[in-house]
Amino acid sequence: MRVALFVTCLVDLFRPTVGFAAVKLLRDAGCTVEVPRAQTCCGQPAYNSGDRADAKAIALRVIDAFVGYDYVVAPSGSCAGMLRVHYPELFADEPVHRERAQELARRSWELTSFLVDVCAMRTVTARWSREVTYHDACSGLRELGVRPQPRELLRSVAGLRLKELPGAEVCCGFGGTFCVKYPEISDKMVTDKEADIVATGADAVLAGDLGCLLNMAGKLHRQGRRIEVRHVAEVLAGMAQEVPPIGAPR
Amino acid sequence: MTQTRERILAGIRTSLGRGPPDAHTLAELRSRLAARRRNVIPARAAALDECDRVDLFVAMAEEVQTTVARVVSPAMVPEEIARYLAAENLAAEIVAAPDPGLDAIPWEIRPLLRIRRGRAGADDKVSLTACHAAIAETGTLMLISGRHTPTTLNFLPETHIVIVRRGQVVATYEDAMDRLCAEGASRPLPRVINFITGPSRTADIEQHIELGAHGPRRLHIVLLDEAQATERVGEDEQRGAGGQ
Amino acid sequence: MLATSRNFKANARAGLADDNLQKALALARTGFPLRRSLAVERLPEFEALRESGRSIKDHVLAHLDFYLELYESRAVAAGGKVHWASTAQEACAAVLQICRSVGARTVTKGKSMVAEEVGLNDFLEANGITPVETDLGEYIIQLREEPPSHIIAPAIHLIKEQVAETFRAEHSALDPARPLVEPRQMCEEARAMLRPRFLAADVGITGANFLVAETGSSIIVTNEGNGDLTQTLPRVHIVMTSIEKVVPTLEDAVTLMRLLARSATGQEFSSYTTVSTGPRQPGDLDGPEQYHVVLLDNGRSALLGTDFQDMLRCIRCAACLNHCPVYAAVGGHAYGWVYPGPMGAVLTPSLIGIEEAGHLPNASTFCGRCESVCPVKIPLPKMMRHWREREYAQKLSPPVYRTGLSVWSWVARRPALYHAFAELASRVLGWAGRGRGRFRSLPLANGWTTVRDMPAPEGRSFHSLWAERQR
Repeated sequence: MRVALFVTCLVDLFRPTVGFAAVKLLRDAGCTVEVPRAQTCCGQPAYNSGDRADAKAIALRVIDAFVGYDYVVAPSGSCAGMLRVHYPELFADEPVHRERAQELARRSWELTSFLVDVCAMRTVTARWSREVTYHDACSGLRELGVRPQPRELLRSVAGLRLKELPGAEVCCGFGGTFCVKYPEISDKMVTDKEADIVATGADAVLAGDLGCLLNMAGKLHRQGRRIEVRHVAEVLAGMAQEVPPIGAPR
Repeated sequence: MTQTRERILAGIRTSLGRGPPDAHTLAELRSRLAARRRNVIPARAAALDECDRVDLFVAMAEEVQTTVARVVSPAMVPEEIARYLAAENLAAEIVAAPDPGLDAIPWEIRPLLRIRRGRAGADDKVSLTACHAAIAETGTLMLISGRHTPTTLNFLPETHIVIVRRGQVVATYEDAMDRLCAEGASRPLPRVINFITGPSRTADIEQHIELGAHGPRRLHIVLLDEAQATERVGEDEQRGAGGQ
Repeated sequence: MLATSRNFKANARAGLADDNLQKALALARTGFPLRRSLAVERLPEFEALRESGRSIKDHVLAHLDFYLELYESRAVAAGGKVHWASTAQEACAAVLQICRSVGARTVTKGKSMVAEEVGLNDFLEANGITPVETDLGEYIIQLREEPPSHIIAPAIHLIKEQVAETFRAEHSALDPARPLVEPRQMCEEARAMLRPRFLAADVGITGANFLVAETGSSIIVTNEGNGDLTQTLPRVHIVMTSIEKVVPTLEDAVTLMRLLARSATGQEFSSYTTVSTGPRQPGDLDGPEQYHVVLLDNGRSALLGTDFQDMLRCIRCAACLNHCPVYAAVGGHAYGWVYPGPMGAVLTPSLIGIEEAGHLPNASTFCGRCESVCPVKIPLPKMMRHWREREYAQKLSPPVYRTGLSVWSWVARRPALYHAFAELASRVLGWAGRGRGRFRSLPLANGWTTVRDMPAPEGRSFHSLWAERQR
């Protein structure tokens, strides 16, 4: 299977380790992985800001960049959801583009659901001795049905104990530009999330979307909490030992 | 007013990008109405036989703080009501619907039970009514208004006692409404149909559920289960017939 | 009602700083979703019902003119009177005219969001008629001269101590020695105060959850029984409702009712569902002598055929409010008009204009929880996005934000340039943050760093590292 990795702009800029973790997991699943250089961002900031024209222009670039691959996989439910759910909506009234968008949508997957649902991966070889809790990022959960897949893979990590997070399905308050446009509301949401995370007593909190992770890590650090924050792919790929947690000193 | 009406209707048609419905559309819409098609019906009650349906009705009713007493003969109804009033520390004074359906109950065997027939007034504490149907799906009673069944009885007194006959227990709201048609009280409808599911309640203060917000604090059902005795005989007869 | 939606940010800040409100919201945030999910789990057909509910409402909206005309003719045939109103003013005037025709001095009211929408209470009071709210929550906020903060639990923003305080301040006959500590005691107090009002009212006004075209009926759903006392005891019953509430048949209404209580409060069925058809019939011992229906449009018909038509499917269950993390953070008053939460974020700009209500569709993370619980599957985030698109097209969003977005979009369409910027930013920020691993403040990122740290990048962009490793 020839798979294109859609790195996503946040992973590219903040946490390349997540990208390499995704490559490793995809190769372990037997995929040939390529990273098209013509990719940038999925265009979600423009789309969610009401700037439909720019969103479309960016979407067309993304569609071009991923022509010809069997699958397009992103380590983010939000970006994968943009490709799979929102591109076809974006071009709903433009038949030619719509068809291309739908064609891309059919090939686009979030990383953990791709590994489990398409590659039939059931276990990973990683080891990580932690008690972890898991936050379900909104887009992956509600647009793509990502919920059992990361848990199934995490259960196979040697030494890892998964403790469910109460309210795991409640938004952390990131919401793209929302968190800077309405900082006080976002603060309240991430403060509640922080309290829920702390209450589990877990050593680490994982999620599948870097936006949420930056938000939660930022809050946990601001509050002086020593809970590790990591992308689920780092743990599944056995790379958690290689880099410090998000927001921690190097 | 007429102008406003025309303006709103014209606005709707403009927004929908069409004129008044054409003959073909009208025919379709009328046939949809005439069909009174049922939509999704939960299997919970629809799939049950009568015995289980009655049990489900009781269980669902009790879940919402309705109390239910089962009796097997009309003569036991006054006994049960007297028992209930005494147990709840209520005076044996009742305002009952002037409903001929209640006449078959031998009230005279409990002469201390004072019963006035009529609509409820501000000072009435306990009301007694029959019902039109009882719906197993959610433990809901269906009462209708009429010359013998005033609506005030259902809401003004603090305690509402309802006599339900076993045969009145149906599976779904749809079944209950069909009884309305079958009995000739066909649509157009009585002034009011009351679907009552438990006593009055509110959760408006800190989401604490409190009973008796404005309507009755207590809803007590006397389930007249005459069939229990006779039905067994009936079943035996049927079984006998089947064997021949 | 005077809108303060424009001040959403300030309203939200006030809400976040209000300890009583936060205490009250904390109860709602977990209670409602838990109860709903338990009710939904018990009914395997719930998803099929949602789909059925959606299609019934879509069918009605496509033929709204037909069903309204049919509804009117059947309601009239049953002895009712139907008053059409294009605007809030016309609706208020219709009610006043009915009240005056019977010399009414006091009216009791069941809960009606349409009455809130048209500002009926203020209008009646200004015209010498005393409206008495009878739903416990509505009664409490009427005493406090506050608008509702929730469409089914209007006093959800209050804690019990505030309710007790309100009763002590407003109920002059209340014995100071009588304890008002538990909700039970406050319910008793309200019941005792309102019972004589029910009995004395000249006119009773309720809303309607549904209108049934086939039978000309209106349906109300309540738990307290206040709606029934309101509409049964006075001589005149007025139903305040709006055009999108009509459904074809009783069977259709029942399907939507199976969804309503479960979605709203997690009940299997509300305590009282009442189907009303016309006034007292010959021989009836009680019930109103007159039955009027005020049918409000107020901009709804203009939503048909637009991106916002789906909003007219709404059955006002409040599941979207109950599951919204933004609503749970700031409460309903922050939204600044009648309808809060996700349904309000879509409906309010439709009814009072995007210029006034622009913040509402913006103040969402698009987490999608509202849409996932909507009993009639309204795509609420999608419609909030449509409002953002209109706002953007009309250049109503802040210029700085628009410019920033344009620059970013321009760069995002040029991969070579984009990758160069990403590598540069990653290196600079990575280097600057190498010690702590995060920033406590960062130029141009105040919105982020005032409330949380900004984790530092690792120091190289993925694409640069990948390119190096491929060599």
